[in-house]
Amino acid sequence: MPEVAVALWCIAGFLGAGVVGAVLGNRPFATPLVYGACLAIALLGVLVALGVLFGGAPATAVVLPVGLPGIGAHVRLDPLAAFFMLVVDLGAAAASLYAIGYGRHAAEPRRVLPFYGAFLAGMNLVVLAADAFTFLLSWEFMSLASWALVVSDHRSSASLRAGYVYLLMAGFGTFCLLLAFGLLAGTSGDFTFAHLRTAGAGETATALATMLVIVGTGSKAGLMPLHVWLPLAHPAAPSHVSALLSGVMTKVGIYAFIRLVFDVIGDFSPWVGLVVVMSGGGTAVLGVLYAVMQRDLKRLLAYSTVENVGIVFIGLGLALAFRANGQGPAAALAMTAALFHVLNHAAFKSLLFFGAGAVLAGSGERDMEKLGGLVHRMPQTAVVFLLGCMSIAALPPLNGFVSEWLTFQAILLSPQLPQWGLKFAVPAVGALLALAAALAGACFVKAFGVVFLGRPRSPAAATAHEIDAFGLTAMLTLAWICLAAGTLPGFVIDALAPVTRDLTGSALPAQASLPWLSIVPIAESRSSYNGLVVFFFLVASGSFTAIAVHRVASRRTRRAPAWDCGYPLDSPLTQYSGASFAMPIRRVFATVTFGVHETVDMPRPGEMRPARFRLRVRDPAWRFFYGPLARGVERAARRLNRLQFLTIRRYLALVFAALVVLMLVVAAWR
Amino acid sequence: MAMMLDLALQLVQITLLVAIAPLIVGITRKVRARLLRRRGPPLLQPYHDLWKQMHKEAVVADNASWVYRRAPYMVFAATWVAAGLVPTYATGLLFSWSADLIAVVALLGTARFALALAAMDVGTAFGGLGASREMMIASLAEPAMLLIAFAVALIAGTTQLSAIAALFATGDVGLRVSLGLALLALVIVGIAENARIPIDNPSTHLELTMVHEAMILEYSGRHLAMIEAASHLKLVLYFSLVGCLFVPFGMATGDKTLPALAIGLATFVAKLVAFAVLLPIAETTVAKMRVFRYPAFIGSAFAAAALAVFLRFVSRGF
Repeated sequence: MPEVAVALWCIAGFLGAGVVGAVLGNRPFATPLVYGACLAIALLGVLVALGVLFGGAPATAVVLPVGLPGIGAHVRLDPLAAFFMLVVDLGAAAASLYAIGYGRHAAEPRRVLPFYGAFLAGMNLVVLAADAFTFLLSWEFMSLASWALVVSDHRSSASLRAGYVYLLMAGFGTFCLLLAFGLLAGTSGDFTFAHLRTAGAGETATALATMLVIVGTGSKAGLMPLHVWLPLAHPAAPSHVSALLSGVMTKVGIYAFIRLVFDVIGDFSPWVGLVVVMSGGGTAVLGVLYAVMQRDLKRLLAYSTVENVGIVFIGLGLALAFRANGQGPAAALAMTAALFHVLNHAAFKSLLFFGAGAVLAGSGERDMEKLGGLVHRMPQTAVVFLLGCMSIAALPPLNGFVSEWLTFQAILLSPQLPQWGLKFAVPAVGALLALAAALAGACFVKAFGVVFLGRPRSPAAATAHEIDAFGLTAMLTLAWICLAAGTLPGFVIDALAPVTRDLTGSALPAQASLPWLSIVPIAESRSSYNGLVVFFFLVASGSFTAIAVHRVASRRTRRAPAWDCGYPLDSPLTQYSGASFAMPIRRVFATVTFGVHETVDMPRPGEMRPARFRLRVRDPAWRFFYGPLARGVERAARRLNRLQFLTIRRYLALVFAALVVLMLVVAAWR
Repeated sequence: MAMMLDLALQLVQITLLVAIAPLIVGITRKVRARLLRRRGPPLLQPYHDLWKQMHKEAVVADNASWVYRRAPYMVFAATWVAAGLVPTYATGLLFSWSADLIAVVALLGTARFALALAAMDVGTAFGGLGASREMMIASLAEPAMLLIAFAVALIAGTTQLSAIAALFATGDVGLRVSLGLALLALVIVGIAENARIPIDNPSTHLELTMVHEAMILEYSGRHLAMIEAASHLKLVLYFSLVGCLFVPFGMATGDKTLPALAIGLATFVAKLVAFAVLLPIAETTVAKMRVFRYPAFIGSAFAAAALAVFLRFVSRGF
């Protein structure tokens, strides 16, 4: 059986699991049954994807007799689709395993289970779709299924609001894609990707379609300022679904961008690269700055997703710019960096959301200001969460560093670009990326330090308990993937070679056969990195030093109360809180950017009331973009409301006038 | 046989750094004291301090976790590996290809991450204060450092420190405006990262001005010794970075013959001593800054490094 058939059976399996979830719903055994089935199917999907990536099999296409009558649904599994199928199914497998245990906490499993299967099926189908109709249908299927998961906690008004915003943004994104497909297809009426590739829809139409694709897919992936739904919707869902939304579904948005711009449109000007690189850089810095300010752990992670999507788009924009100038190897490097980061982010963001879910299940809190000291109560979760934090903060020898290093190497090739605008913009984006990387470090010191270290800030944190074995296994597996991809990046880069060859016409040199398993993206004299050697050196020198100090000097340890400069204070509230940790960064970077309002109400000496400190941070996207937009729509709606109450005579006059105007337009157009 | 020699040379570099770091710190303290008309501690005092701290029992706060106890070794190991990968007396050592300038910067980031977490572990106000300020400084200094890496890499066409040093040592690159700006930026970043005046005061015990000292306030015994040794190493790392990027002369760049290596070692030690004398002279001429003046100071490093990068695009001659 060809791989694509197995992939389609996987999708059918996910749908079947969803149906089982809908039928059996609230029975206690339904939760492990559905998630177990999803786990098995997702693992099969991972195997299929790996087979295509490493097997080097040619792309296989199938026309299914479903969908539009007489046209059918076109499905194709090429290396790009296989790579994203790998990302989707890897995330799905981890989330399903995690949910076998975690899903028991769901109040109403029937509101989650059916849509879970449908969501996974939708994401897989988007990746496989090879005509515009199937693509948009599965895209909407994925959006609606995930919307249902976001509002699964239907009693909370925050969830409902998040779902509403999400639905609006998803609808807007699909609308943009619909128009883009229309522009690309022209008048032929053939909507298969194979036809769209060759249709050649004129320069203006292509440019317009490219912009529409950037907006449409960017709204799903979380590009600023289209990210506003993401920090609302991702935390609202159950944690394993949050992991899928953040770690996987944003990647499907990125997939759609790559498929449509690099593959289907294919012919673009270098300035598209400039737009994408700049928006990626802005997204990365603003996303992480915003993440540092959050006090809700899951919202922090959601904003950090925005940052990472920005990093991926920096790589993609560079690849666009290089490819448009016919610089294949440089484009391949940038594309490899972006795809590597896609895989990395899927792994560590899922891991971190699982950790946040474990904290939520163990203590009932996700407000960081009420947590603390969980390293004592949840020791295993703490270890894997720390690994996730270190990966996402781009620290060697873990995987986040490798993809950022590759992105930096691609940025350093920018002097090759002939356009002056790009030459200047790319180093500036490099500075933004460096800033984002440094702030990500601060952000995850805060996330781990405030949640897991210190003393518990509430009774809930003091009595937290460890998560079950399923959850731990899922997190541990992802942590191993992070470590493996960080120390053996050559294998990942080699697996990406067929994908970059399809998209940019060239690939990085084979890495796995290099001595010592180094990675050398361009040439040895230019740059190289060896995660394995660095990891070995770190472990060796750390343990050597520890053993030497213990042997030669002293290993005596005494436990005593904290010293704290001589004035230890009992109340855990005297610790640094998350907000106080973020304060210097807020002062330095964010006061202007985010319009932070700090109100200090200090009682005068002698007054007995408590002092109060209030902090208000608003996303600038709401203030400058969506707020005015929403107000404008409301004002227009109020004006137009009058049209609802006309007499029949006036309605007829209105229809007649509209007809005349339209005919005039047509006449003028001809 | 050649492999064994290479391995030996790499080992010499690694041990030399650890061995010499306290002496260099001793020199800076001595010079600083002399400039302030004090007699100052003996040059070898840092060795005695480390020895004493290692042999004392370590007092660990009641609620400290494994993070607190492992972090000193992690900090030391990451700093040591980073320092071992910066060319000191010779280029092209056995493992010089395993990490480039970007990776060295990131390894220092790993050390900082571990130390900041350790500071937050006991749950005191000072630990959090130190960690928070340290991360703020890092979020300004690290981008500047990476831009310096960009500027240097754009001139040399490589991010490999060893290759950069070998190229610059030939003198073909000559004097360049962008290199001057990069040097200025690197000095500022080095001051910020090593907790020197005007960013931080290594000898302060006034709580409100502490950054590094606030983070390690709870540490004692061997744990403190490891962190101190790591900060000594970090100072030497920045010295050798300035040395290998901006005054790479005397390094053994060609065949590893005995005279070349001897010259390399001698010039390396001479450079370290020279920097160790220059640093306190610069330090004693300025006063420590307020915390929220840091962005202007480190931001100037960022601006200088950015200017260095952009100048490269204006003209190859810069």
